[in-house]
Amino acid sequence: MIAPEKKARDQETLVMDASEVARALTRIAHEILERNKGTQEIALVGIRTGGVHLAHRLARRIQEIERAQVPIGELDITLYRDDLGIRKDQPVLRKTSIPFNVSDLNVILVDDVLFTGRTIRAAMDGLIDLGRPAEIQLAVLVDRGHRQLPIKATYIGKNIPTSREEIVHVYLEEEGEEDRVVLLKNASGGAR
Amino acid sequence: MSLKRKDLVSIASLTLDEITLILDTADSFKEVSGREIKKVPALRGKTVVNLFFEPSTRTRTSFELAAKRLSADVINFSPSSSSVVKGETLLDTARNIEAMQADIIVLRHPDAGAAETLANGVKSSVINAGDGWHEHPTQALLDLFTMREKKLNFKGLRVAIVGDIAHSRVARSNIFGLSKLGAEIRAVGPPTMIPAHLDRLGVRVYYDLDEALRGVDVIMMLRLQLERQGRALFPSIREYSRLYGLTAERVKLAEAGALVMHPGPVNRGVEMAPEVADSFSSVILDQVANGVAVRMGLLYLLAGAN
Repeated sequence: MIAPEKKARDQETLVMDASEVARALTRIAHEILERNKGTQEIALVGIRTGGVHLAHRLARRIQEIERAQVPIGELDITLYRDDLGIRKDQPVLRKTSIPFNVSDLNVILVDDVLFTGRTIRAAMDGLIDLGRPAEIQLAVLVDRGHRQLPIKATYIGKNIPTSREEIVHVYLEEEGEEDRVVLLKNASGGAR
Repeated sequence: MSLKRKDLVSIASLTLDEITLILDTADSFKEVSGREIKKVPALRGKTVVNLFFEPSTRTRTSFELAAKRLSADVINFSPSSSSVVKGETLLDTARNIEAMQADIIVLRHPDAGAAETLANGVKSSVINAGDGWHEHPTQALLDLFTMREKKLNFKGLRVAIVGDIAHSRVARSNIFGLSKLGAEIRAVGPPTMIPAHLDRLGVRVYYDLDEALRGVDVIMMLRLQLERQGRALFPSIREYSRLYGLTAERVKLAEAGALVMHPGPVNRGVEMAPEVADSFSSVILDQVANGVAVRMGLLYLLAGAN
């Protein structure tokens, strides 16, 4: 048990620990409330899978601050990916569940890592298929740069300078991990 | 996990994991049909051809809707309006369709094995939409989906399939699927409609409907193919209806909350009393709605496996 764990940690650099993640989310919750002047017009939509957990955490914080419930949705962007015709295997499709009308709301998309921007492009297309939000805003825990599309986050937990080859991994309690964000150096395989 | 196969010809050839993947994917697609704008761009640029050599309204429409909701282009090709009447073979017809860059061919054919032949002969993906007495895999998948949705679990689920088992591709596909998923299967019908050696598939055979329905969780009625009357399979429709027709009284023999299913079209008053078809236990219209989701799931999964 100890050996592989240690080996994995050796290549990782911790960039945010649990308390930094918690503080970043608290700050984002305040920023959301400030920018939208309260909770009246807003809804949170988490992008599967990491974004969904973060959206629920933001909703809890907003509830603690304002004593108001914010609608939460879960968005799977698979059907809107721009590489569907190119990939060899179809990616696994998960459920989209947005149990409210997004029209005329300020919808805050929530994701864990902002990288190329392609996921967010797909998420915006998916959202607009469901209605016409008054505004779409974007909250991310980490912005690691290297955008391939003209997309910018509205709320950012932390900016982390990376090289394209590095991998940013967000571990969350909801998936049985200790909250933390790590940077993997020289990793082979897919980036995220 | 993704579906690593070009075609869907039969349930018999699917693994348990593959069945589960298709049902899970269909589950995600169900949401799309509930939207105001029922369309997603997943199969943009793909062409789906419905090649139907037998009359069918609901299966063809269901495939057509599924493909359109995925943004694929759909062509309906039926033999009466084609060169088939001029003597073209199935493979030649299909190769012509393929030459027009069809990605997926959905085939309905009166001969068992037609889908397999086509799958082996063309590069496009082939989905069997019913071939003779062989199989009708997408019907079974939508039936399984509906059962899972309502009953959650197949382990120990008791399912009675009632009617002309021998000539029903729907029954065959369901028997293969249900046995892979671990359900208990009962087949009920007159001896002329029960094929030999069903017990080898783990199916218990009954000739008495009341006995068969005791304690079941699902009652799957098959359509009585009235066009077979006169082939000495049953003496009269009235007698068949009396012995094997599902009445409200008979539904009470099943477990409380048992589902009543039917692949359609229903012969009201023959295999099923009208009040049963319209009752709370009836999930016939859920089956139709789920059919679109299941076919969307399948088209999506096969479109990736080129």
